[in-house]
Amino acid sequence: MVSPSSGSVTVGGFDIIRDFRRTRQLIGLVPQELTLGAFELVINTVKLSRGLFGKAPDDTYIDSLLEKLTLGDKKQAMVQQLSGGMKRRVLIAKALSHQPRILFLDEPTAGVDVELRKDMWAIVEQLRRDGVTIILTTHYIEEAEEIADRVGVINDGRLLLIEDKDTLMSKMGNKQLTIELKEAVEQIPASLADYDLQLTAGGTKLIYQYDIKSERTGITGLLSDLNGAGLSFKDLVTSQSSLEDIFVDLVKGQA
Amino acid sequence: MNIEAVKAIYTSEMRRTRKTLMQSIASPVISTALYFVVFGSAIGSRIQSVDGVPYGLFIVPGLMMLSLLTQSISNASFGIFFPKFTGTIYEIMSAPISHFEIILGYVGAAASKSLIIGSIILITAAFFVDLRIEHPFWMLAFFILTCVTFSLFGFIIGLWADNFEKLQLIPLLVITPLVFLGGSFYSVDMLPEFWQKVSLLNPVLYLISGFRWSFFEVSDVSVTTSLAMIVVFLVVCLSIVWWMFKTGYKIKP
Repeated sequence: MVSPSSGSVTVGGFDIIRDFRRTRQLIGLVPQELTLGAFELVINTVKLSRGLFGKAPDDTYIDSLLEKLTLGDKKQAMVQQLSGGMKRRVLIAKALSHQPRILFLDEPTAGVDVELRKDMWAIVEQLRRDGVTIILTTHYIEEAEEIADRVGVINDGRLLLIEDKDTLMSKMGNKQLTIELKEAVEQIPASLADYDLQLTAGGTKLIYQYDIKSERTGITGLLSDLNGAGLSFKDLVTSQSSLEDIFVDLVKGQA
Repeated sequence: MNIEAVKAIYTSEMRRTRKTLMQSIASPVISTALYFVVFGSAIGSRIQSVDGVPYGLFIVPGLMMLSLLTQSISNASFGIFFPKFTGTIYEIMSAPISHFEIILGYVGAAASKSLIIGSIILITAAFFVDLRIEHPFWMLAFFILTCVTFSLFGFIIGLWADNFEKLQLIPLLVITPLVFLGGSFYSVDMLPEFWQKVSLLNPVLYLISGFRWSFFEVSDVSVTTSLAMIVVFLVVCLSIVWWMFKTGYKIKP
């Protein structure tokens, strides 16, 4: 797709230039733009894709694929008659027409409504269950948080990291402890100044940020000092920072 | 060899032809018929014969060449330009297809369409004149070589063009004048000596001359020169396509 400048890329152990036939057969690509021949029938454009990837025609598979993507009743429709969401599905059908093992989805939910986005997530989940490796690029961090097993962060063309999502969140994420006080206070007692607490909700909640990577989180000391300051609490809630927070931190760190 | 891919491209391109059957087939047939009416009957009736061949018959190879060249170029250039224009070329570029297979699919389809159109023109001509072909084998060889070579040339234009204006530029400003000035409707012997020499710089003259020779054994230049010229042009086109794919010129960012 682009002329290589330097370096090499392998897919399944094969070089993408030397063994381009073998590697490309493994890959399906769904572009971000709705790039489809407007005057073609859905069935024909999907069959064309299968042929391009060297697979013999298989009407049974193509029909079942279109059914799975809820395009069964649209197969004789002209592409230009379809809605944006349907066109996106046609692009996925084209990418899956040759039964690839790796599927690139380039921002499949960019500019689509919430309902369709959920539909897309369901399709991705189904493919994942079928054993297809999916590489999904997205600007919606919650999308990656919802469906990804591993997360890579790219900024300015450079891969900042690639990590198992849960590991990443536990490694990079900060945690927050919210302490709900029994009685509201006007200000944070001076004896708790070292903890960098925030007083919110009309003086009824204290928020404490801590780093889960550090050996000592300071929670035990805080609770003890709260007691010493004469403050009693009725509830404790912890929450972890989202992938979005991690992404922002990483990108800021890079800048 | 990815035969399925070649078949897929070829089938898809030929399907496009079938969808635009009227403009693909009917239009050259109508224009050829009009050429026969205007040149063959109206003007031809005042010209007895050229090199011993009745004028109506004499223009048949030239008319065929005119259509073959313009149709081959426009079919092949549009065939590859359209995916570039709509962005669907990403699929071709990401598929396990070699450059040769891409060319085979697109150029093969464009050449096939030109062959069909050329054959239809030949059949149409048979209704207007008493057609004769002295060397059917050589006629077929020139016919196929011209379709393939100029489809390849059109493919280059389609790859090179990045807008519709450029797509039309060479066919309109270069090819059409060259065909008209290449002896489609006359023998270069009919020109003043100076223009005869100028005409020899026109590559299309050699194609028309060779093609006409296969029909009537009448030619402006030797048939060997004609054949050599078309082979040279084919090799030049192949080299340009090979270079474009190798360097990614106008294909890859």
